[in-house]
Amino acid sequence: MKTNQLPIRRRAYIATMKTIMWISALITCALIIGIIVYVFVKGIPFISWDLLSTSPTYIPHHIGILPDIMNTIYIVIASLVVMVPLGAGAAIYLEEYATNQKVVAVIEYAAETLSGIPSIIYGLVGMLFFCEFAGLRTSILAGALTLVIMNLPSIMRTTQESLKTVPQSYREGAFALGAGKWRVIRTVVLPGCVDGIITGCVLATGRILGESAALLFTAGFAHALNGFFQGLMSPGATLTVALYVYAKEQGEFGAAFAIAAILMVLTLGINSLAMWLENHFKKLREQGYPQEKSKE
Amino acid sequence: MNASDNHNNETIISTKDLCVWYDDFQALIDVSMEIPEKSITALIGPSGCGKSTFLRTLNRMNDLIDCAKTTGNVYYRGQDIFQSSMEVSELRRHIGMVFQKPNPFPMSVYDNIAYGPRTHGIKSRAKLDDIVERSLRNAAIWEEVRDKLRQNALGLSGGQQQRLCIARALAVQPDVLLMDEPTSALDPISTTKIEELILQLKENYTIIIVTHNMQQALRISDGTAFFLLGDLIEYGSTDVIFSTPSDKRTEDYITGRFG
Ligand SMILES: Nc1ncnc2c1ncn2[C@@H]1O[C@H](COP(=O)(O)OP(=O)(O)O)[C@@H](O)[C@H]1O
Ligand SMILES: [Mg+2]
Repeated sequence: MKTNQLPIRRRAYIATMKTIMWISALITCALIIGIIVYVFVKGIPFISWDLLSTSPTYIPHHIGILPDIMNTIYIVIASLVVMVPLGAGAAIYLEEYATNQKVVAVIEYAAETLSGIPSIIYGLVGMLFFCEFAGLRTSILAGALTLVIMNLPSIMRTTQESLKTVPQSYREGAFALGAGKWRVIRTVVLPGCVDGIITGCVLATGRILGESAALLFTAGFAHALNGFFQGLMSPGATLTVALYVYAKEQGEFGAAFAIAAILMVLTLGINSLAMWLENHFKKLREQGYPQEKSKE
Repeated sequence: MNASDNHNNETIISTKDLCVWYDDFQALIDVSMEIPEKSITALIGPSGCGKSTFLRTLNRMNDLIDCAKTTGNVYYRGQDIFQSSMEVSELRRHIGMVFQKPNPFPMSVYDNIAYGPRTHGIKSRAKLDDIVERSLRNAAIWEEVRDKLRQNALGLSGGQQQRLCIARALAVQPDVLLMDEPTSALDPISTTKIEELILQLKENYTIIIVTHNMQQALRISDGTAFFLLGDLIEYGSTDVIFSTPSDKRTEDYITGRFG
């Protein structure tokens, strides 16, 4: 049936709905593009090599975000280093070892629930537990550990999902040759799910870049430039926290918009990386796993 | 029950009152069977009658299914395979398995074959090279893949993949090969090749093969066992089973009246 054979009221209705949807789509796009353009226009003039490569000083008044960049890198590294073994380990346990399906279901439900909790609550708990109880005080490490707890459920779930994509027939083939559980996991299952773990890491990195509430409580606002290990034990602002501090407490909107622009570029980069990795691993999977080494 | 035709060969695997349950469903009911060495035994019967279950019990692959429970005994060379002294890994080294759908690992041809030997501790390159060549030759696929050893096994054709899987199973020098409908996913030419291969392997290996193809059972097997709803109905030499079965249900099945 063609549209022009429909009664006129029906045609008017369809046309109106179409227009409304078109306008909604237009407004959404315009808002997104508007925000991006606005941030770039306000931020880019303030981005300079000097801003990126120096620390801030009060006298003379000077703003540099190098410490914030380093803090961001430290916190991402520290979080991933703790998060990946824990999350992947939990996923491997649940998928490959756990036999009690009820326990698995409970843990999965708990993980789902945990990932829905507002991050400021993680911040509060992280502050009480890591900063006070565990004695880490306000530090990058306490922030990183709080982020670990926040992101653990999601990295566990992505790993679980990718473990599920490894065909059961691979496992059976390996078991039938007399391989033990751990060998099967190490040689046949894990190579098939590295992509899931890596994609999970990239997504987690994206969330860490964007996190502020939990870090305000746990990692603090300092702009001091430290090496990695000293940095971990000291308070420090990540880029996102620095953005908040500059905009809200110091009224330095130029610096705030510069950081916003940088964060937006980073987020874009990370999302593209995640997409590229997914395709890359899909291709790799079709080509097969890397080979085992043998002694000459 | 005994396959009378092979009385000259020693029994390598025997089961006694073997029962298998999946939760409350009984898939095998008191199966007692003796399988002679260096012969081909075909397991036939309609879908769901427990052939695969029986096969997977023999090398304890059914251990992998959480809801499966087993009672009764299975002896491999006189040793009870369910006893705690039995190393599952050793048992599976001696009793290899080939699956219905070819399941090469997504690795190179070489690494597929070397997987088993490496699992059992062989690391020397020279030894592995030797095992890989010998296994591929034994599985009649060496000529086709000798120039592709470093290529991904998933690039081979279905028939080649299945012979690769047979070679992979042979690489750990098993005594017994369990084959679960190894040709049902293959074209007729590949099927013929694999049947010829199985007949060759009989020289050195004991083969237990599940098949839906009566012609295949008749062509290659020495003994045939007919299962129905978890019961071993009849077991004897293939000639006898196909010419003068003693049970009406066997006759009905092989003449295609059901199944
Ligand atoms: N993992 C399993 N869980 C529950 N039931 C199963 C499982 N595997 C097989 N069964 C059941 O056991 C019976 C025998 O199955 P199977 O041994 O695969 O038969 P066949 O190979 O002769 O077709 C079937 O009724 C099947 O539904
Ligand atoms: Mg079957």
